[in-house]
Amino acid sequence: MDILNGLITFLNFVFVPGLAYGSQLALGALGVTLIYGILRFSNFAHGDTMAFGTMATILFTWWLQSMGINFGVLPTALLALPFGIAVTAVFLLATDRVIYRFYRRQKAASTILVIVSLGVMFVMNGVVRLIIGVDDQNFADGARFVISAGDFKTMTGLPEGLAIKSTQLITVVTAVLVVVFLFWFLQKTRTGKSMRAFSDNEDLALLSGINPDRVVQVTWILTAALATIAGVLYGLDKSFKPYTYYLLLLPIFASAIVGGLGSPLGAIAGGFVIAFSEVTVTYAWKKVLGYWLPENLAPDSLVQLLSTDYKFAVSFSILILVLLFLPTGLFKGKSV
Amino acid sequence: MTRNLALFAGVAALFVVTGLWQSWNLSLAILNMGLLSAVMAMGVNMQWGYAGLFNTGIMGFAALGGLAVVLVSGKPVPAGWAAGGPGIALALVLGALSIGAAIVLYRRTEPGRARTLTLLAVLVGGFFLYRAVFDPAALAVESNSPENAGNIGGLGLPSLLAWPVGGALAALAAWAIGKIALGLRSDYLAIATLGIAEIIVAVIRNEDWLARGVKNLTELPRPWPVPYEVELQQVPSFLSRAASWGFDPITASSILVKLIYAGLFGLVLLAVIWMSERALNSPWGRMMRAIRDNEVSAEAMGKDVTRRHLHIFILGSAVVGIAGAMMTSMDGLMAPGGYNPLRYTFLIWVMVIVGGSGNNWGSVLGALLIGWLWLIVESVGPGIMGAVTAGMADGPLKTHLVDSAQHMRLLTLGVILLVVLRFSPRGLIPEK
Repeated sequence: MDILNGLITFLNFVFVPGLAYGSQLALGALGVTLIYGILRFSNFAHGDTMAFGTMATILFTWWLQSMGINFGVLPTALLALPFGIAVTAVFLLATDRVIYRFYRRQKAASTILVIVSLGVMFVMNGVVRLIIGVDDQNFADGARFVISAGDFKTMTGLPEGLAIKSTQLITVVTAVLVVVFLFWFLQKTRTGKSMRAFSDNEDLALLSGINPDRVVQVTWILTAALATIAGVLYGLDKSFKPYTYYLLLLPIFASAIVGGLGSPLGAIAGGFVIAFSEVTVTYAWKKVLGYWLPENLAPDSLVQLLSTDYKFAVSFSILILVLLFLPTGLFKGKSV
Repeated sequence: MTRNLALFAGVAALFVVTGLWQSWNLSLAILNMGLLSAVMAMGVNMQWGYAGLFNTGIMGFAALGGLAVVLVSGKPVPAGWAAGGPGIALALVLGALSIGAAIVLYRRTEPGRARTLTLLAVLVGGFFLYRAVFDPAALAVESNSPENAGNIGGLGLPSLLAWPVGGALAALAAWAIGKIALGLRSDYLAIATLGIAEIIVAVIRNEDWLARGVKNLTELPRPWPVPYEVELQQVPSFLSRAASWGFDPITASSILVKLIYAGLFGLVLLAVIWMSERALNSPWGRMMRAIRDNEVSAEAMGKDVTRRHLHIFILGSAVVGIAGAMMTSMDGLMAPGGYNPLRYTFLIWVMVIVGGSGNNWGSVLGALLIGWLWLIVESVGPGIMGAVTAGMADGPLKTHLVDSAQHMRLLTLGVILLVVLRFSPRGLIPEK
């Protein structure tokens, strides 16, 4: 038995990756939940909005790099992020003006809006592939590790290493900052309060003189920021490929629903629930259990519950469980 | 009526023009894909047009149909089956039994900590039992000559038999999904079906024992009346007929094969249209539309809305499954890499909406028109892009533009969908 080494292996392969992935999902789910709360439909274009924002950021990153500007140990993409967010926000506001506003004025059913968002998804998908192509783009630069496995081993003298990639640290720190800002914005500012009022009771909000167009615009800008940040962090941590971002739609929706659609707190909780379940279920526990169990009980097989090819099955199964037993989610989102 | 006929004549003209300008082979190949898509669009139209159910998992149901073709009409692999077939079957039964036991436990016992713990024990125990039986069996099957087989093999039955089986498999999956997601918020069905489709395709891609996964399963037999080109080219009466029409035997044989497929698919399509038109104009169809238009009042009239939704969801998915089976038996191979949600789910949606949701003929028209657009852009798009960029100097920008022609399809489809939804939400042939 060797509790400490087992713990370090666990942290290295399960906890740290799960934390980073969970932050990315939480940011993505926050965008979905905001749109659901204010505009009242499930935005199928969200995965491609993330791809669009990331693409814009990558292009600005390349531009900055070509001028010889970099951010030292941090990835240049963080410098490019505000530009990426701005472009995405403009794009989303234009989409709203040209497409969604018409249906909002008509008070169209939410399924119609979902199908419209499908059309928007097609367009964004096409734009992204047209501009940057379908291939993997790796745009992370700066320092690769905060602590590499080798350094950790020499520092502590333990046989197991704990590597923390700088992108993982950046992901978690950025996510915390963004969430703190978002909650401050929603709770304390006048605009944030009017957004919450609009989400709770649209008619009452209109009656008390809240300007619906302004609420909707702010929502889209926030969504653009959240989606772009989530997409860039995911791309820095793994890599950018348009199709992967489409596939993120399922875990993101699952996170938002698990937490309760329309509830920002729920979206964050849901993101971590989904991410940690995915990592735990698809991780091969042989090594960790080898440390934690007495020697004669140590497993021979990989002790991997599901192969990583089925990681979507994990978010899906959790989604199904929530739909069966807790349809409004953990944090009581909007029902029906 | 004349307007609709004119629309169909216009689409027919597109195919004729393609035949004259490009080749009849291409035109017929597009027509066959269009007919297959039309059957899928009929399934979607039942769900969306009659009942307002939003299914984003069409790809998955089509893939299940393809799987049925592999299992029913694929070449038997006796050694593979003997190595682990019964073990896999036993494992699947054990898995189903433990889920069943968990459901019974959940229903029969009082809520509380004891129930939660026993439920967990049953499910976790069942899972490990399943894996203990399943893993060695699947490994044994996959290690049986992996370069040629490595799967449990099919039954070797005629391909036509596989079509209804494909429908049944899709219906089964639809039942499971519908049981869970129907009766909740409408978005939930969309998200749940999106997920199940990805999972079905992931299973087909990764479970080599089932259909060889990404190694692709080839040499699936053709359905009954369709001959092979090579055989046709040996038949003297066919050769003389082809010569008298001025075709060379190779082109003539492949055109004849495609024509027979078109006839076969056309028959299935007509049968589906006939049945669903009959259903739509019966009391059942009126009830379905009443439910779609006002769920609350239909419920007040004593209709069990969720149950009706489940029925139509199963029916529509079964139709999609049949079309998926037809497609795999026409291709003669099972290639899981080819299942792509944009092509098999969202394209079908665009067909239904452009054609006119709620109207069967509209779906057919939409399928033929959009199917034609989708495939013609694939074959002439690079050429057009080449012509557009002909004046530009060779360089990375030009190659990028020429390469990106295929992505123009997504953009174009998205724009078409948005424009139709905005300006003609009832589609080309609106519901009566």
